[in-house]
Amino acid sequence: MYRRQRHDERQPLLDVRHLWVEYEGFTALEDIDFRLRNGERVAVVGPNGAGKSTLFKAVAGLLSPARGEVRVYGARPDRHLCIGYVPQRSQVDWGFPVTVADVVMMGRLAEIGLFRWPRQRDRQIVHEALETVRLADLADRQISQLSGGQQQRMFIARALAQKATLMLMDEPLTGLDAPSRADIFRILDDLQARGVAVMIATHDLEQAAAAFDKVLLLNRRMLGFGPPAEVLQSDRLLEAYGGHLRMLPLEQVMVADTCCSGGQDHA
Amino acid sequence: MLEWLLQPLQYPFMVRGLAASVLVGVVCAVVGTYVVLRGMAFLGDALAHTILPGVAVGYLVHGGARGPLFWWALGTAVLSALGIGLISQNRRLREDTAIGIVFAGMFALGVALISTVRSYAVDLGHFLFGDVLGVSSQTLWLTAAFSALVLLLVFAFYKELLAVSFDRVFAATLRLPVRALDNLLLVLLAITVAISLQTVGVTLMVAMLVTPAATAYLLTRRLPVMMALAALFAALSAVGGLYLSYYWSIASGAAVVLLATLWFGVVFAWKRRSR
Repeated sequence: MYRRQRHDERQPLLDVRHLWVEYEGFTALEDIDFRLRNGERVAVVGPNGAGKSTLFKAVAGLLSPARGEVRVYGARPDRHLCIGYVPQRSQVDWGFPVTVADVVMMGRLAEIGLFRWPRQRDRQIVHEALETVRLADLADRQISQLSGGQQQRMFIARALAQKATLMLMDEPLTGLDAPSRADIFRILDDLQARGVAVMIATHDLEQAAAAFDKVLLLNRRMLGFGPPAEVLQSDRLLEAYGGHLRMLPLEQVMVADTCCSGGQDHA
Repeated sequence: MLEWLLQPLQYPFMVRGLAASVLVGVVCAVVGTYVVLRGMAFLGDALAHTILPGVAVGYLVHGGARGPLFWWALGTAVLSALGIGLISQNRRLREDTAIGIVFAGMFALGVALISTVRSYAVDLGHFLFGDVLGVSSQTLWLTAAFSALVLLLVFAFYKELLAVSFDRVFAATLRLPVRALDNLLLVLLAITVAISLQTVGVTLMVAMLVTPAATAYLLTRRLPVMMALAALFAALSAVGGLYLSYYWSIASGAAVVLLATLWFGVVFAWKRRSR
């Protein structure tokens, strides 16, 4: 338990090379190829079922590639402890009897080790992580008592306590109001300054265009990877989303909003 | 009053029964906390039922001697638990469907085997509803030893079981052996079921796993507190149930479970009113 992969800092943080993933007998991802450096912030966009969660699982080393490979600091990802995973809020049992501090302490698990209990240093790190996301005064609350934005920040704090250098966030902005989103982006700016790379799955193309360095447009295949203005072109978006999208002109970029696509008939 | 409490204790069988049911109640409650949080109630019920054929075979092999039955129950429970763990990894059938098939089939096999013995009505009753007042001192020591083992393992793997139960994908990114920890929990559940067999029997076991833990869940949002409260409710039910059984000749297993259900009802009503 808790074996750790050493980092080769000369290698790129994340290097995904011609990755194919099969999931339950289907080809879920085809020929994904991109690289990520420290402090980069990437929006992963695409319709429902495009393979965003599958891509995250493959990057985290939880699914093995059928072809190609994922490298984190030059080694396979499945021994790394530096990959912080932030779940979708809808996937969490909010009635679970744990406090905010308990959840953040889970980020220390590997560091604490088997058959040991948290030490003063771990509690200190948990406290600092909670301060960074401005939740320190809610540390002893049961997790269902948090607002949506606070819940999301709690999971970011857990990844901070884990000392993650790559964070994978599955739709962290969905269902949040504008002030809560702004809070999250302030924290993301902070992470960027610390050199943490972040991949965020999102439905909101407008936000992706405005607030991210890079966009990865996905629909089983990678339809684009690069600066938003380059990737979010109408022809590529049409390819990703098919006919099921509304288009809004935004500066020179065409932005689609398909929060709840996946149905066949609405277009 | 004091005499009313002390009088049953002059009988060694009553003391053994009290000790066994408190031990079993506490272990069921602590393991039951995970059963409630992870939605494993049906699995726990099924596991209790699947040990019947093992116990029946032991019964036939040893010509009705009760002593070795514990080991047969334990062996069958652990095998069934790991078998159910394997089945649930198969994605063709939904997990509850697969469990339903195995559990009913195994239970039928057990009943069929026991029915081949002439005096089966009495003995089947012992397995189905428990016979806490018939606990021998040897069984009591085994119960104590395995109770200690289960509690020790729950304590030793507390952080890891908590993480896996709360967020599996995250636990996997910490490189925790998620499947092994699932199996550990299943084995703990199996041991719990085996030591509870003589106290509450197959059919009422799920109540001991679920009811005290559910009562505690209504009262707290901290896991250690939930475990402690569940253990307290289970111990109170065990002691109270045996006194009910002694003075009013109610079947002991049923009395324990009825008390546990009563606590739940009271707490549930109180929480609803205070909301």
